[in-house]
Amino acid sequence: MKNIFFQTIKLTVAFLVFFSVFYTLLIFGVAQAAPNRGRGKLITDNGKTYYKNIGQSFTKKGYFNSRPSAVAYNAAGSGGSNKGPSNPEYLAEVQQRIDTLLILNPGIKRSDISADLVTASGSGLDPHISVLAAKMQINRIAKERNLDPAQLNTLIEQHTDKPLLGLFGPHKINVLELNIALDKVK
Amino acid sequence: MNTEILGIVLVFVLTVAFAIPLGRYIARVYNGDSTFTDGIFNPFEKLLYRFCGISPNEEMGWKQHLKILLTINFVWFLLSMFVLMCQGWLPLNPDNNPGMSADLAFNTAISFVVNCNLQHYSGETGLSYFGQLFLMFLQFVSAATGLTTAAILFNALKERTTDKLGNFYVYLIKSCTRILLPLSVITAIILVFNGTPMTFDGKQQMTTLQGETVNVSTGPVAAFTAIKHIGTNGGGFFGANSAHPLENPTYLTNMVELGAQMLVPFAMIFALGFYLNRKKLALMIFGVMTVGFLLLAIPTVIAEMNGNPALTKMGINTGMGATEGKEVRFGAAASGFWSIATTVISTGSVNSMHDSAMPLSGLMQLLAMMVNCFYGGCGVGLLNFYIFIILAVFISGLMVGRTPEFLGKKIEAREMKIAMIIALLHTLLILSGTALSTAFAEYGASTLNNPGYHGFSEILYEFTSASANNGSGMEGLGDNNPWWNITTGVVLLLSRFLPIIGPIAIAGILAAKKHVPESSGTLKTDTSTFGLMVFAVIFIIAALSFFPALALGPIAEYFSLLN
Repeated sequence: MKNIFFQTIKLTVAFLVFFSVFYTLLIFGVAQAAPNRGRGKLITDNGKTYYKNIGQSFTKKGYFNSRPSAVAYNAAGSGGSNKGPSNPEYLAEVQQRIDTLLILNPGIKRSDISADLVTASGSGLDPHISVLAAKMQINRIAKERNLDPAQLNTLIEQHTDKPLLGLFGPHKINVLELNIALDKVK
Repeated sequence: MNTEILGIVLVFVLTVAFAIPLGRYIARVYNGDSTFTDGIFNPFEKLLYRFCGISPNEEMGWKQHLKILLTINFVWFLLSMFVLMCQGWLPLNPDNNPGMSADLAFNTAISFVVNCNLQHYSGETGLSYFGQLFLMFLQFVSAATGLTTAAILFNALKERTTDKLGNFYVYLIKSCTRILLPLSVITAIILVFNGTPMTFDGKQQMTTLQGETVNVSTGPVAAFTAIKHIGTNGGGFFGANSAHPLENPTYLTNMVELGAQMLVPFAMIFALGFYLNRKKLALMIFGVMTVGFLLLAIPTVIAEMNGNPALTKMGINTGMGATEGKEVRFGAAASGFWSIATTVISTGSVNSMHDSAMPLSGLMQLLAMMVNCFYGGCGVGLLNFYIFIILAVFISGLMVGRTPEFLGKKIEAREMKIAMIIALLHTLLILSGTALSTAFAEYGASTLNNPGYHGFSEILYEFTSASANNGSGMEGLGDNNPWWNITTGVVLLLSRFLPIIGPIAIAGILAAKKHVPESSGTLKTDTSTFGLMVFAVIFIIAALSFFPALALGPIAEYFSLLN
């Protein structure tokens, strides 16, 4: 038994060095050749740097809104609302978001509102919205920025990420990239 | 066809295609045959044997195997308690996260040692990078422990009479170096090139486009996320697990992580076939598991893609499916499919929040963990399935009036008793834990995030996840307090080690019995008829015994939403 005890302790030490140190350093070394040296993908614009994959809150006029977030888009933490589908409090909250959107976006119907725009994401940091959710906001932004809706429609189409290889997964729009492009439209 | 459906079909097909050659390789590794990785690992392993004083040619009986297994797991547990409670003043802590409280450290240490990763903390604030890297070590060795037990089972199933079942250390070391490590390196490299961070910098400040300042947590995520899936551990680096856009940045990484968690459990089934040269038996097992998996996955995908009927009633467009708790880049189909993959296999990583899933999906997720042997975790899935094979052999033997035999060994009362105890243990742990927490509202009901039926589901889910060593959760539950930390910690311990000890004991006892050659009177176990029998036994024991509890939770919620 004493023998087994020492063998297992030595093996534990060896594994600790092997996995927590060597394996980690190997991947860290490889990461130096990856985009932004393994620090996450960035977007640089106008002298400012953003994480491409971390969603941002857009509440100011003239921007495409992101989805609701349970962590207010502060990526120091992450998480969803964890509200169950039948929770009455939750359903009232969604109803309120729908009402707010109807007021902020005059001229749209309820059926124009895509569900992703009134529900919180799993991470609270979702950088994307659906194509439908972007198109619903066209009229409001056109008015706020004095732009032609057709121009915004084109912009959305330009910034729609197609499914992987055109075959796998959903269509989506990175809200940050769309809003950066929007700022550049004259 | 819908691109979302196409995506999940592709992942499943590709994983099976990779798992077959991997299974052949694993069989060769455990059999001690030469493989193409010999050149790299032979010298390293020799060094390790000498350093630890291990004689690799010494063969061990099943009791010796279990003795070492329990000892080394105990060492890991003690070390984990120390690291988790002291991480506050240990190095690699750029965000100055504090040490864990004793009860949280107890829960976390056990849940990582037993390959569960229940996580009653959030990685961003609950762990230093030192703590994360230490837990990553546990993710390797706990998965290797599971694989080792499967290797012992393989050895015991050979048709001969022996009490020598290979060397524990050799199986453990080879599982780590030759199986888990190469697969993790490949996965981590794919992740890091697709935007998953691998850095030791602390939180980064970022000013948003409209001028607010937020912090962004990063860290050595890629290395961690790779073994989290390859080893079917499932513990996330960040609180949101694989829903986090840095832990799982794109649809491609989602496909890789989804496939990575299914790969080794699939491959182990094929490895059994190659190792024993009984491919039909492996196909029977894979067939039963796949039928079970699809019966759970298809309704879930449909329920998620149909969306929340309560939201549809509000008149909005729910064409994207149920979006609460889900990420737009994965979509409803891949999220629903993942939620079943992660629960049938004891991964427990999530790419959408299970608390916000549709009631039918919640039902399927719970059932997947209650059955706990459709594929199952690294190695231990096969052990669980072995118990049901033993039961099915015995029952069908009685039905047709033949002596119950499996692979040339007679199954008698002693083995049956062990098998029955193990099969019923899971039910006992889940239902008694849930009943206790429900009875004492100050411990159970007061920690819930949702009222009514769904609240009950949260309690049921937590104990099911603990007992299945799964690790996912309905995360609304306020589970970081002594009640949840200690009760689930105890459940984790019992539900990990007893279902390892039981099957290994049965296999060891059977291996030592006289070999009965196959005759016309032998019950064939590699046929679809027998597969159906196993499926029926699983359905009756594992699924039906939970029906009353399920009726109070997800089933009741489902009907309440229809109104």
